[in-house]
Amino acid sequence: MSTTQPAVAPTAVPPQSGVTERARKAKKRLTSPWASGIAVIIAIAWTVPTFGLLVTSFRPELDIRRSGWWTVFGDAFAGEGVFSLRNYESALFDSSTNLIDYFVNSLVITLPAVFIPITVALLAAYAFAWIDFKGRDILFVAVFALQIVPIQITLIPLLSAYVRTGINGTFWPIWLSHSMFALPLAIFLLHNFMRDIPSSLVEAARVDGAGHVKIFFSVMLPLLTPAIAAFAIFQFLWVWNDLLVGLVMGSTSTSPLTVRVAEMAGSRGGDWHVLSAGAFISILVPLIVFLALQRYFVRGMLAGSVKG
Amino acid sequence: MATVTFDHATRVYPGTERPAVDQLNLEIEDGEFLVLVGPSGCGKSTSLRMLAGLEDVNGGHIFIGDRDVTDVQPKDRDIAMVFQNYALYPHMSVADNMGFALKIAGTPKAEIRQRVEEAAKILDLTEYLDRKPKALSGGQRQRVAMGRAIVRQPQVFLMDEPLSNLDAKLRVQTRTQIASLQRRLGVTTVYVTHDQTEALTMGDRIAVLNHGVLQQVGTPREMYDRPNNVFVAGFIGSPAMNIGTFDVKEGVVKVGSADVPLERSIASGMTDADSGKVTLGFRPEALDVVPVGTPGSFDVEVNLVEELGSDAFVYGTLKGDTDLNLTAGETNQLIVRIDPRSVPDKGDVIAVSIQAGHSHVFSATTGERLG
Repeated sequence: MSTTQPAVAPTAVPPQSGVTERARKAKKRLTSPWASGIAVIIAIAWTVPTFGLLVTSFRPELDIRRSGWWTVFGDAFAGEGVFSLRNYESALFDSSTNLIDYFVNSLVITLPAVFIPITVALLAAYAFAWIDFKGRDILFVAVFALQIVPIQITLIPLLSAYVRTGINGTFWPIWLSHSMFALPLAIFLLHNFMRDIPSSLVEAARVDGAGHVKIFFSVMLPLLTPAIAAFAIFQFLWVWNDLLVGLVMGSTSTSPLTVRVAEMAGSRGGDWHVLSAGAFISILVPLIVFLALQRYFVRGMLAGSVKG
Repeated sequence: MATVTFDHATRVYPGTERPAVDQLNLEIEDGEFLVLVGPSGCGKSTSLRMLAGLEDVNGGHIFIGDRDVTDVQPKDRDIAMVFQNYALYPHMSVADNMGFALKIAGTPKAEIRQRVEEAAKILDLTEYLDRKPKALSGGQRQRVAMGRAIVRQPQVFLMDEPLSNLDAKLRVQTRTQIASLQRRLGVTTVYVTHDQTEALTMGDRIAVLNHGVLQQVGTPREMYDRPNNVFVAGFIGSPAMNIGTFDVKEGVVKVGSADVPLERSIASGMTDADSGKVTLGFRPEALDVVPVGTPGSFDVEVNLVEELGSDAFVYGTLKGDTDLNLTAGETNQLIVRIDPRSVPDKGDVIAVSIQAGHSHVFSATTGERLG
């Protein structure tokens, strides 16, 4: 027996009955029929319009003009309800709307606008977290403070800069603008995730012979996958749903879906059948992305690295 | 295999006045197991991290073999380190964890596999090679951390409290395993711990640090039998040594009612600043229980008896010692080892005498050993 054990602190674990008692109390305090009721109402209030849009998008043009979407259920029982994909066809491929081109534009804009800031932010966050250089803390605060600057203020100076450099009219202004606006938050978030990785892991890698590049790729990146995925999802949704940057920085040939759908709402306010289908096309991709990657929100990969 | 030399190595953390490690001079022989021990914050871990290259050296030099590694990157020092929290890479299997350093060094795959398997055999990890660290128990993780060091076949092993996260029983078991493994591999090892029992049982030599200053280096026996100063005397040994400051009159130390003779050579080491006092230390086993009233004995009032089966210890107060200047370790009581077959009750008064030649005398002012 080792005789110089650290003095045993008064036992912190209450007896078993105490734990169950506390769990019961906590449950009682945290669950309330009122709160549950309100949550359900909010959920319904948020979902019903979207659901109505979904139903509408599948109804023939005449039906949409004649009756509300909710009548569809009664009609379906009576055997009169009709659904068709005609609206989607015309929204995507009719020469007047032609959403398929804008859909491609949205993809072309979004993928680099997610990839560029994550790449840059990962490198910057690594340096801020693990490389000791002069003025590091001040620089880090300065970078994050840029988050305060509203996007709207930067629009005109940025645009004139793009015009001067001659890249206006291409996709570059949109990619660059999205990257710039994303970077402060990306660096901040990824830096915090990196700091949470135990420093002894980095030290162990250094003693094992790894340089910064090796540590970054072999130790940091695999552990940061959940953080990167989480940020990628946010950035993807943000860029995909963005209207402002796409409208201001882009030209007609680079307009994303959002810009086109907004235009349709203005110029073809009566064409509900095309509008509803168009809106659903633009919702579809974010929905798939979120459902496919959401497990990264919950999974922690650090388990087992250091004694817990 | 190599020697390790600290030559006036100093580390001052930015923003602090006092060095965390102050002018450390230490020579570690080839193949030796040296234990750095001291209370928390004494600079033992910092010393180890300086040797590993994870901490800058602000003054002096560090050598591994004949090579000055003071400003060399950790990866170029040919060392392997075992961390307190093991620091296993969570996304790699046990085999990849152990082979990571070799992979970076560009060792051929077949050789990595072979060396990892050898190390796994030594450490009894063969069946876990494909698991991730999170699927292992604490003891197994600790062995993987050891394995990661062994596989490299480095010049020096550095271990930073590798056992402190294990439970008491496993700690004792792993302690002997590490010590025998080190003897078998013959690799120079520097081992940091705050546990003096670990230090005494594992080390070829022990170095005691306090406040960043090296107090004494020696074999466990030397440290126990001849502590250089009051700090080492109080730190090494469990239960701790009884230490108190007493008056010296006419060549004898007045301990309660007892007169403990002071050798002339020791008495001559006293200075005026001591104002006729010395600090006297005696271990619990250096005391004999004698009938009350025996000349040269002093009386102890029993506060508590601690029975361990093979031994029993009395925690008591020296009669007439009102200001409680006689202490042992963290308690302000006197500890006496007694025959476990006949223990006194609480409140009893027993008489004890110090065995001749088993007391340690220190200067009352400097705390340095006299004679």
